[in-house]
Amino acid sequence: MAIQFTLNGKAQSVDVDPKMPLLWVLRDTLNLTGTKFGCGMALCGACTVHIDGKAARSCVTPVSEVARKKVTTIEGLSTDLSHPVQKAWIELDVPQCGYCQSGQIMSAAALLAKKPRPTDAEVDDAMSGNICRCGTYQRIREAIHRAAQMHAAPPRQKGLPETKAKKPGETAAMAPDEPATVGTDAGGAE
Amino acid sequence: MSSATMKVDRREFLKGAAAGATGLVIGFYLPNPPEARASAAVPFAPNAWIRIGTDDTVTLVIDKSEMGQGVVTSLSMLIAEDLECDWKKIRTVFAPAAKEYANPVFGIQGTGGSTSVRGMWTPLRKAGAQAREMLIAAAAEKWAVDKALCRAEDSHVIHTQTKERLSYGSLAEAAGKLPVPSDIKLKEPKQFRIVGKEMKRLDAADKTCGRAEFGIDVRQPGMLHAVVARCPVIGGKVASFNADKAKAVRGVKHAVQISSGVAVVADNTWSAMQGRDALEIKWEEGQNASLTSAAIGKMLEEGASKPGGAVARKEGDVMAGFASAAKKIEAVYQAPFLAHATMEPMNCAAQVRADGCDVWAPTQFQGVNQMTAAKISGLKPEQVNIRTTYLGGGFGRRAEQDFVIEAVEISQAAGVPVQVTWSREDDIQHDFYRPASYSRFEAGLDAEGWPVAWSNRIACPSIMSRFFPGSVKNGLDESSVEGAADLPYAIPNILVDYQLTETEIPVGFWRSVGNSQNAFFSECFVDELAAASGKDPYEFRRRLLQKAPRHLAVLELAATKAGWWEALPAGRYRGIAVLSSFGSYVAEVAEVSVDMKSGEVRMHRVFCAVDCGRTVNPLTIEAQMQSAIVFGLTAALKGAITINKGRVEEGNFDDYQMLRMTEMPKIEVHIVPSDQPSGGIGEPGTPPIAPAVCNAIFAATGKRIRRLPIRSEDLV
Repeated sequence: MAIQFTLNGKAQSVDVDPKMPLLWVLRDTLNLTGTKFGCGMALCGACTVHIDGKAARSCVTPVSEVARKKVTTIEGLSTDLSHPVQKAWIELDVPQCGYCQSGQIMSAAALLAKKPRPTDAEVDDAMSGNICRCGTYQRIREAIHRAAQMHAAPPRQKGLPETKAKKPGETAAMAPDEPATVGTDAGGAE
Repeated sequence: MSSATMKVDRREFLKGAAAGATGLVIGFYLPNPPEARASAAVPFAPNAWIRIGTDDTVTLVIDKSEMGQGVVTSLSMLIAEDLECDWKKIRTVFAPAAKEYANPVFGIQGTGGSTSVRGMWTPLRKAGAQAREMLIAAAAEKWAVDKALCRAEDSHVIHTQTKERLSYGSLAEAAGKLPVPSDIKLKEPKQFRIVGKEMKRLDAADKTCGRAEFGIDVRQPGMLHAVVARCPVIGGKVASFNADKAKAVRGVKHAVQISSGVAVVADNTWSAMQGRDALEIKWEEGQNASLTSAAIGKMLEEGASKPGGAVARKEGDVMAGFASAAKKIEAVYQAPFLAHATMEPMNCAAQVRADGCDVWAPTQFQGVNQMTAAKISGLKPEQVNIRTTYLGGGFGRRAEQDFVIEAVEISQAAGVPVQVTWSREDDIQHDFYRPASYSRFEAGLDAEGWPVAWSNRIACPSIMSRFFPGSVKNGLDESSVEGAADLPYAIPNILVDYQLTETEIPVGFWRSVGNSQNAFFSECFVDELAAASGKDPYEFRRRLLQKAPRHLAVLELAATKAGWWEALPAGRYRGIAVLSSFGSYVAEVAEVSVDMKSGEVRMHRVFCAVDCGRTVNPLTIEAQMQSAIVFGLTAALKGAITINKGRVEEGNFDDYQMLRMTEMPKIEVHIVPSDQPSGGIGEPGTPPIAPAVCNAIFAATGKRIRRLPIRSEDLV
């Protein structure tokens, strides 16, 4: 029996084994390959999509669970790279190999939808399920704060940098007296 | 790939790598009719890397694999610098397998050893200058003026007197008819407007919208999906199998035996996985069925106890040095096997036809892939098209042939285009691992505490004896001792020797290769000597590096930026390490704290100083240093592949863990300005981080970490 759901804003119907994970329905049945396979056990976050607006690991989500729900994949986040997270990712030159980035971006977008101005600790928390083997974490952190800023600023106006997003390549000195819990302390980026 | 692979004789190489993979070498591979060549639609294609269309589009052919290290951007920068083209008009395509794309360092097409910029600096700049001169000549002809009155800028040729401009697109056809000049002048560094500047990645947009095509994303008409059941015991084989239940799974089309196991082919990957679970296979486990990590540890320990190893470096007389020493220090260090765990698991797609074969692969080694696929399919190498996709990480793993062999074998057996996908467990349990290694040190200090003798024996399996057997001479695999034999410190008596010790575990190139473990050994032991002589570890190194100016400069820069002499907040400690690898010099200072109750190590900041010669793209250098540090840190804090009953015990990211965002230290990267030739950048950041962290742990706890990964039980 066909399973119906909304995929990137359009009605979608698939006739597959209802136990088949959404990931493989997207990738192999629908040839929507932006969502990646990394572990198959919800350990790495490469397969992250939004189900009814919330970040979910599609590799462990049977397709039957998304019946009548709204699924958004990286391809549906925007059609023109206009989502603030995508803009910030490009501005700060985040991707390296790029394989995990669809999942990183979907997790970041879900975080910002819920918390428009996340603290470093909230960023770390929300992103800790997404592994990047290239180690792009520092730029991801900066890019999320940058996206938050863009989101808050009206278009065409360069918003006041309340959180000082560091430009990649810039090697601003770090204060030696910053709290010992670097990376999880609340506060601005960098 | 290791720096030691360089200048390997081509025939030796073929004997090794290709024979290992395919049994027999047919002959050197021949060029495909490359899509990169001139065609009616592309009027101007003066060489293998540049195509300019009448619409002004500049298409650059990237002949190195993009695995995150930024070659799409950096190689384009090298071409664009002398081509004087508009950066915004650049498009890139990946090169097919063809002779003109052979890596000048290896003599065969492939990416590794941090060689891309180093090897391509001159050829690509010349290619750009060649094209520029032809466009200028075409414009001069059109204007009927001397070439000296024309110059190129932003994809235009400009008449310097009349200020008239002709676009590259409008000149493409005429330029395409001109002879290719041989005497060309490259720009002087002071004229650079691209090289050395912060250029954003050309592939960033494709990688933020899901459009970048990785190997696993290849979709072809009629393509089926396969997974392979492989013997869990390393070296084991299929004895017999029954696929009746597998074939009953919805979507499963075929089950075929191939050289690595039993492949299940289905109309989607998940069905293929279900089918694989339903296979009934009897394995012939072979000679490794009782192999354990403990037994391997013993082999290595025995290897390191045997005298008479292959001498990697001998200076002075260590015995005389020890005899004169006031104090003798000894230590033993160990490093485990490590998996690569690229985020994109191994995969490959292939279609074998009667008249040719297409291979779509996230590969680091197109040259060998072509020969491998030809051998299996019985086709000629020129009938094999290797189509390189983006690589979701490489780290040396994708220099191997196993994933290509499987795809070609399955496609041939099933008679359809097939994509083979490895699960994460397949990927971690059937890797070619970073070798486990055992390192025994003895050093003698004089009455003032300065080292007078350094003896180091290393036992570990050899990567090169499988990959480039000709490079292993008199039992010495240079990749096993890199980062150890090239100890930069001024010590009058040095002996470094090597006992090649095979363990039955397949080993391969892993980001920074031998440096990855040897830097940990040597830079921690140097720290031990500093402590034994009561000297500051930074000052101790400084004094011994007076004749190694590039090591010294990065060491001093990292220490200065870290504020080596300034107090840290309570509970935080620093460690330092320095190493040169792949033509670059890197020093790192790590700031850590250790919870003395739990033994938990917490990373705070890392200060990295790098001298990689002339910089191409500072943004990429920063990114690669961060990346290499995270890679080395992950291994130092978490990485170990262990063996029980001949099987790899780890399988996924729950038991083979990766560093996550919550554990990410802040990393500062500082680049030493240099006009020396460019060094590598993908790997040299990895080796110093493990010793920098372990030396910081010693500063914090007084405890020496002499085996990786760092274990909390070693600290409480």
